[in-house]
Amino acid sequence: MYISIRDKPASDGAGGPRGQRPRIAATVFLLGTVSLLTDVSSEMVAAVLPLYLTAELGLSLIAYGVVDGLYQGVSALVRIFGGYLNDRTNRPKWIAVAGYGVSALSRIALISAQGFVAITAVVTADRLGKGFRTAPRDALIADVSEPGVLGRAFGVHRMMDTVGAALGPLAAFGLLLLVPGDYNSVFVASFAFGIIGVAVLVLFVPDRRTAGGGPGLPLRKLFGELTSPRLRRPLLAVGVLGLLTVGDGFLYLSLQHRDDFAARWFPLMYVGTNLVYLLLAIPVGRLADRVGRARVFIGGHVALLAVYLVAAVPSGGLALTLLALGLLGCYYAATDGVLPALISPRVPAAARGSGIAAAQTVVVLARFAMSLMFAVLWQFMGPSAALYLAAALLVAGIVVSARLLRGVDQAEPVREATS
Amino acid sequence: MRVRVKLAAFGAVLVASMAGTVAYIIDTRQEQERQIAEAPPVPVTDLKLVSQQARIIFRSTAIGDDYGRVAVVRLDDPDGARAFTPATCDRVYSRQGEAVCLYSKAGFVTTYRAEVLDENWAVRRDLPLSGVPSRTRLSPDGDWVATTTFVAGHAYTSPGEFSTETLVTPLNGGDSLNLEDDFKLIVDGRPNNSQDRNLWGVTFTGDDDHFYATAASGDKTWLVRGSLKTRELVALREDAECPSLSPDGTRVAFKTRNGQAEGQWLIAVHDLASGRSTLLAEKRSVDDQIEWLDNDHVLYGLPRSGNGPSASDVWTVPADGSGSPELFIPDAWSPAVVR
Repeated sequence: MYISIRDKPASDGAGGPRGQRPRIAATVFLLGTVSLLTDVSSEMVAAVLPLYLTAELGLSLIAYGVVDGLYQGVSALVRIFGGYLNDRTNRPKWIAVAGYGVSALSRIALISAQGFVAITAVVTADRLGKGFRTAPRDALIADVSEPGVLGRAFGVHRMMDTVGAALGPLAAFGLLLLVPGDYNSVFVASFAFGIIGVAVLVLFVPDRRTAGGGPGLPLRKLFGELTSPRLRRPLLAVGVLGLLTVGDGFLYLSLQHRDDFAARWFPLMYVGTNLVYLLLAIPVGRLADRVGRARVFIGGHVALLAVYLVAAVPSGGLALTLLALGLLGCYYAATDGVLPALISPRVPAAARGSGIAAAQTVVVLARFAMSLMFAVLWQFMGPSAALYLAAALLVAGIVVSARLLRGVDQAEPVREATS
Repeated sequence: MRVRVKLAAFGAVLVASMAGTVAYIIDTRQEQERQIAEAPPVPVTDLKLVSQQARIIFRSTAIGDDYGRVAVVRLDDPDGARAFTPATCDRVYSRQGEAVCLYSKAGFVTTYRAEVLDENWAVRRDLPLSGVPSRTRLSPDGDWVATTTFVAGHAYTSPGEFSTETLVTPLNGGDSLNLEDDFKLIVDGRPNNSQDRNLWGVTFTGDDDHFYATAASGDKTWLVRGSLKTRELVALREDAECPSLSPDGTRVAFKTRNGQAEGQWLIAVHDLASGRSTLLAEKRSVDDQIEWLDNDHVLYGLPRSGNGPSASDVWTVPADGSGSPELFIPDAWSPAVVR
């Protein structure tokens, strides 16, 4: 695949001559590299944490899981705060550095963290850093990319990000084969990857002011932008679809219930989904640029609908499991990076961080609400019936969202505010 | 020029982090090899000899090549010579002629296995298992086996996070029962259908029907009595985890928070006839499913801080709250008494 590199502000022209594909900015690759390294770092730790806690510290994971559930809400708030700070200070790079830095430092703290409170504090710091950095990073990607290639730009970033997520567990377990039982080696290596990632960010990512150098946006104006009609309908559509998105934990669990292979190779389910996601991230991003981001975003949820149906069938073997994982990968490729590509042209650059953060927060909160509701359905109806019901509701949700998003792809991108 | 400075700075960071990591790993490897080389040799005896008498089967955590292997000592000489079996388990339980072994298979993708082993430690049957091994028990008659694992993707409020999965499997064939999905939980006479229910730590009676286990919901835990026939779990008392039934079937040993901080447990014994509980003399925090040495003493594992990976010992304390804890088997974990 052909990707050439340029690094000029998006506002200085409409790209090359007719027929020549606009290029993906070098900054996108740099941010992708930062994400790749950071994901290697964080997934290394995530992969060994359960074993470390039980085998090494003798902690009961039950307590860990209970407290961990609380962070979802906190993480959503931090996300909004990161987006707001981004627009208020207009320094996306340094907001992102703070987020990546906190996560990197949390790794080294794991070595000395012994006991329940310390471990949860460290894990929380990592989560908060992740929530904090996402919006400013996506605002930077949007800022350096031509409006016409946003989908592809985010696709490139998400592909690199997912490569890191896939490599992390392999690196961690490979290390443990080398030094059996020494989890500190994993934490040290994870810290090293995190630091290199932060170094790429600090040294090479340009310190751009996303709104063209102006001062930050006051809170009241920011709020006005977020509730403007341009953004209201997409946010509503994203919320409706988020509310009908069953967490992948439930989907994996349902597959695991009926397929022995899935039960034994449980960790491989994440790997399989990620593999499909990283292969499709760029092509689907390009497709989104060509046929419309809203259309592809909706299409992703049609894939999700198919996952529900495949997972709901009461019996099935390896083939159905693989089909479900493949479709789930399609869903991620068509939604995760496409969402900021869909939202960012509809927000003026000065409010871009908040706009992207708002959309992502809506998704996180809506999915969290759905998890709580779906748990009740799962409990009382059983996995199969609950998934069929979710599928029926999702059909309605897709129809409603398609109406809400009608015309979004054709609309003129928002013109920059002059004041 | 500026770019050069940046590249040089990046090169420095790259080299420093990579070199530091590699140095740390090499150092750790050498330290591990040194520990193995310097570890005092473990007195070893013949497996056949030990297996003919009353014995304790456990996971050996003595540093060396046999780290993690299942070992056997004589019941009347627990800190004497141990015999190593061919099995390697994270959690093991055994009765006469049969053992159950939970282990994680390290690799680029770590998988988890549960196996029922025969008297020659050969695999007799594979059990379904999908998470980090936690607890396991066989019924005294050998008809049932229970496993508890930590599973990702089970916690309802936070998908992808951890909760327990406890399966009870008939060993003469038939499907596993899931305590969470297949049993009704009854607390104070009322059914508890909350979504955050969790169940773990089974101990069987000998009547081919009843067992005890832990149920949890919200921030509460209960000692429950379950029936395989009626598929019901009835709460007996609050704040009790990982029960273990005494050989005479009259008492249940368990761990209890008893007002302690998160992740801290005391151990106690609950008298089933009177409903009274007695705290035992162990003051350190115990996170283990207790085993009964005899009707008057219990055994439990305690991690030992300091040298080596996952150092742990098995301790004993009287079951009536008297006396004081004593070291029973050094470098051991997950004990099972077999007579």
